[in-house]
Amino acid sequence: MDLMIESLPRLISATLLTIQLTLLSLFFGIFVGAFFAILRLSKNKIFYLISYYYSYIFRGTPLLVQIFIIYFGLGQVEWIRNSLLWVVLKEPYSCAILAFTLNTGAYSSEIFRSAFETINKGILEAAKGLGLSKINTFLRIKLPIAIKQSLPAYGNEMILMLKGTSLASTVTLLDLTGVAKHIISTTFRPIEVFIVAGGIYLLMTFIIHNFIKFLEKRYNY
Amino acid sequence: MSLLAYGDTGWGDELFFATLMTVAVALTALSNGFLFAAIFASFKLSNNKLLNLIGSFYTTVFRGVPELLVIYLLFFGGSGAVMYIAKIFGYNGYIEVNAFLTGAISIGIISGAYSTEVFRGAIQSIHVGQFEASKVLGLKKKIYYYKIIIPQMLRLALPNISNVWQITLKDTSLISVTGLVEIMRQSYIAAGYTRDPLFFYSFAAVLYLFLTFLSMQLFNKLEKKYSRGF
Repeated sequence: MDLMIESLPRLISATLLTIQLTLLSLFFGIFVGAFFAILRLSKNKIFYLISYYYSYIFRGTPLLVQIFIIYFGLGQVEWIRNSLLWVVLKEPYSCAILAFTLNTGAYSSEIFRSAFETINKGILEAAKGLGLSKINTFLRIKLPIAIKQSLPAYGNEMILMLKGTSLASTVTLLDLTGVAKHIISTTFRPIEVFIVAGGIYLLMTFIIHNFIKFLEKRYNY
Repeated sequence: MSLLAYGDTGWGDELFFATLMTVAVALTALSNGFLFAAIFASFKLSNNKLLNLIGSFYTTVFRGVPELLVIYLLFFGGSGAVMYIAKIFGYNGYIEVNAFLTGAISIGIISGAYSTEVFRGAIQSIHVGQFEASKVLGLKKKIYYYKIIIPQMLRLALPNISNVWQITLKDTSLISVTGLVEIMRQSYIAAGYTRDPLFFYSFAAVLYLFLTFLSMQLFNKLEKKYSRGF
């Protein structure tokens, strides 16, 4: 019990990093996901294949491999080290965000794609019949429907990303899992630390879950 | 390519056995998970409120907490628990729990939490008429579960079991933190030794892609086989 109270402040300050990593990755991931979803839906075969293989590779390999390739692997290439990219790739923080963004982008692109694909054709025909312009159809009809469709799956993806940020601890970042591991390996009392750290994670998943539920209700019509 | 030579000069044989290790851990974890799932899915479906609560607690905790944290809990807690028991029997030395076991159990617990939901969903989507008909026919509970409900349930659960398998397979990469020599750990060793992390981690990615591709083919075949007549 003492250990639980003692370690709480350190774990809470580590939680800030976890939240930061999660939010930034999700934020960038939405754009990456939307971009690749658009590629996937385009009629151009090359665009389609690029998007298909992007999502296939990032969903078919563990996140850990992706982080290690970006953090340990890319630093080995001479021209990357001499280029502007090195500013991003030399820090574990930005490497982790890059890996998480690409990972969540792959999953999100699938979610967004299937959301757009399930839009009823009749609705689009109705929009055409009403003489709505393409931009208007997209902004006022396709997008709201797609957002509503993808909410439940995207909520799951947010929770997966939150859990995924725990891998930042493997590239020396002290996020919630990293600090928890540090405390466990110095005190050898895993159960107490697990309860506190796990509790914090569960609280965050609970918040995300309810946030999505709230959004679902708002977008319900 | 000489880095991948088979034998003492390259890492081909090491990586090959590491791949087998990954598959072995993943399979053990998946079947452990099924065991947990069979227990906790029946808890979740039972009419007992307390059992329901235990079932929900299990799935909520292990689907909401990062896999790495669970692995650390068992990795550091496992040997502690075993040593504590050994102390009762008068043994005071240090005991290290096998990394394979730690991995298979911790990933199994997580995989089981996902499988529980899959099994529960599949059983719930079996038509009530099936249960009623078995009752009317006077079948014993054991027989109607084994002969009627479970075969149908497995067919419905197959696509989702395929998903759980993919998650489990990828999660095994995290066991490398405990020192078990599977694909990730072997790549880490090779990368450190040859100072060529880009090549070895990329090759690890290829190995994982190969495994996920293979299992996808297998599951597609199974799905086709079991949806005959539907």
